[in-house]
Amino acid sequence: MKKVQFKSNYSQYFFLAPQLGILLIFLYWPIIQTFRDAFTMQDAFGFGRQFVWFDNFLFIFDDPAYFIAFKFTIIYSFVITLVTGAIGLLLAVNANNVMHGKSAYKTLLIWPYAIAPAVVGVMANYFFSERFGLLYHLFNDLWGFNWYESVFDSYIYLIIAGSWKQISANFIFFLAGLQAIQKSVIEASIIDCKSSFRRFWTITFPLLMPTTFFLIIINITYAFFDTFGIIDTTTIGAPSGETRTLVYKAYMDGFRGLDLGSAGAQSIMMMLIVLVITIFQFRYIEGKIHYN
Amino acid sequence: MIRYFSSNFSHLILLIGIFIMIIPVWLIFASSTHTALIINTQGLQFFLGDKFLENYTKVLLYEGGFFKEITVYKMFLNSFLMATGVAFLSVISSLMTAYVLVYFRVKYATLLFWIIFITILVPLELRIFPTYSVMSTLNLVNSYWGLIIPISASAIATLFFRQFYKTIPDELLESAKLDGANTWRFFIDFLVPLSKTMIVAMFIFMFVFGYNQYLWPILVTSSEQYWTVVMGLKMMSGSIVNKFAFVIMSMIPPVLIIIVLQKYFIKGIFQDK
Repeated sequence: MKKVQFKSNYSQYFFLAPQLGILLIFLYWPIIQTFRDAFTMQDAFGFGRQFVWFDNFLFIFDDPAYFIAFKFTIIYSFVITLVTGAIGLLLAVNANNVMHGKSAYKTLLIWPYAIAPAVVGVMANYFFSERFGLLYHLFNDLWGFNWYESVFDSYIYLIIAGSWKQISANFIFFLAGLQAIQKSVIEASIIDCKSSFRRFWTITFPLLMPTTFFLIIINITYAFFDTFGIIDTTTIGAPSGETRTLVYKAYMDGFRGLDLGSAGAQSIMMMLIVLVITIFQFRYIEGKIHYN
Repeated sequence: MIRYFSSNFSHLILLIGIFIMIIPVWLIFASSTHTALIINTQGLQFFLGDKFLENYTKVLLYEGGFFKEITVYKMFLNSFLMATGVAFLSVISSLMTAYVLVYFRVKYATLLFWIIFITILVPLELRIFPTYSVMSTLNLVNSYWGLIIPISASAIATLFFRQFYKTIPDELLESAKLDGANTWRFFIDFLVPLSKTMIVAMFIFMFVFGYNQYLWPILVTSSEQYWTVVMGLKMMSGSIVNKFAFVIMSMIPPVLIIIVLQKYFIKGIFQDK
């Protein structure tokens, strides 16, 4: 913190008011309601509300569809993180390696970041449609691809659709991370180690750990939440609910099924999962990172 | 310049990367300039056709929805209003919050920090129905404010401004205090002008965030007049070439902003001066 500061005075409330106001009304109030929904049951006509302890949670644990969504969410976020991170790193290392045209490459690789997931989904649709989808027909010729029926194929569909724009985000951050590494460190490493491949994995990559750590969080959050727009415009859960993320399932249960108790309980489970992942990363992954 | 391997290899890899990024968009764009008949019989097209003007003007004037209350032109206006509103409100509120976090000696600073940053763990998707019920209690459903306000408190933007303020030397406040600047004057005359690059970067970031919203507009706009571009894509009916054209048009505003203002965006986010 700063050594020189203003003394606490009334003007601070003025500066805090806009953000705290929005947070209290549109974030904390709804969160309290989420907890209320999760622990109560409404009767069919919405008149009464009964406290039911953990019944809503027990219902979702009894529901096989919940575990299917859980499995998909974990696999999906793991694969998206790995694929987009690897390709983003590959592109960033090469962009950092060229002498000419670095900024042109940057511009030409950065823009898909700005496209909305829902728009990417609509676009992916055209490439995976049975009628004229190029990728549909390519994969179909290769191994009989059919995402309407095969769970594996629908995973492939969503992984390609979900990874495409996220490669850009990984590329930008890895490139910035590479450019921040001091030249002298790299120069010294050249003297010590002749193999460029080994040099990258033993010197450069460990120095990129803070960036990697940050991107893992960004990619997991993306796969958990932002892919809603992609799923809703592509498979909508096809073949039969296997490609719904936890967020998508909670939304469907609340919106189509009008079951706010279950939606609330599922939201709280999601919050717990995100919390556990965050704590895990801070304790176990960040502990192993070398910052200097 | 330190090389890992030959730069020809790097150019090749980068060109493959660019190819993967551009080719899907190009195919949709090229196909959007043909007739629906060609698409339906021959599939996606690689070369441009001659129906560009016809298809695109048709989309712009197209009336959508069940009640024909919305045109694509109006959707763009809505999206633009929503994105600008979100960007303005979140930049101003984050700028002010970060100011208190860094420049005020407050007892509850740690608590304040957590009240704001714990919200990263609870995105809108996790509290969508309760937020909707708050909106209907406050009578904000089907309004521009309803689209804008609930997503305009950005913990990430606050974090960026906070990090940026921390890099400003202490002497700035010392000398401002000697000049007799109060909290308000210091903020307006010193901090805001210094934060210009960061403000532009966060504005772009939040504009794209606001423009790309999908789930929230679906839920909070039952009336067609408030439909936005991104949610409207799925709702639109019409021939396949018009859909292609709409997809291409929908990605132009955010992509253009990122490309044109890229310098500020990268400078702000990575704080390299």
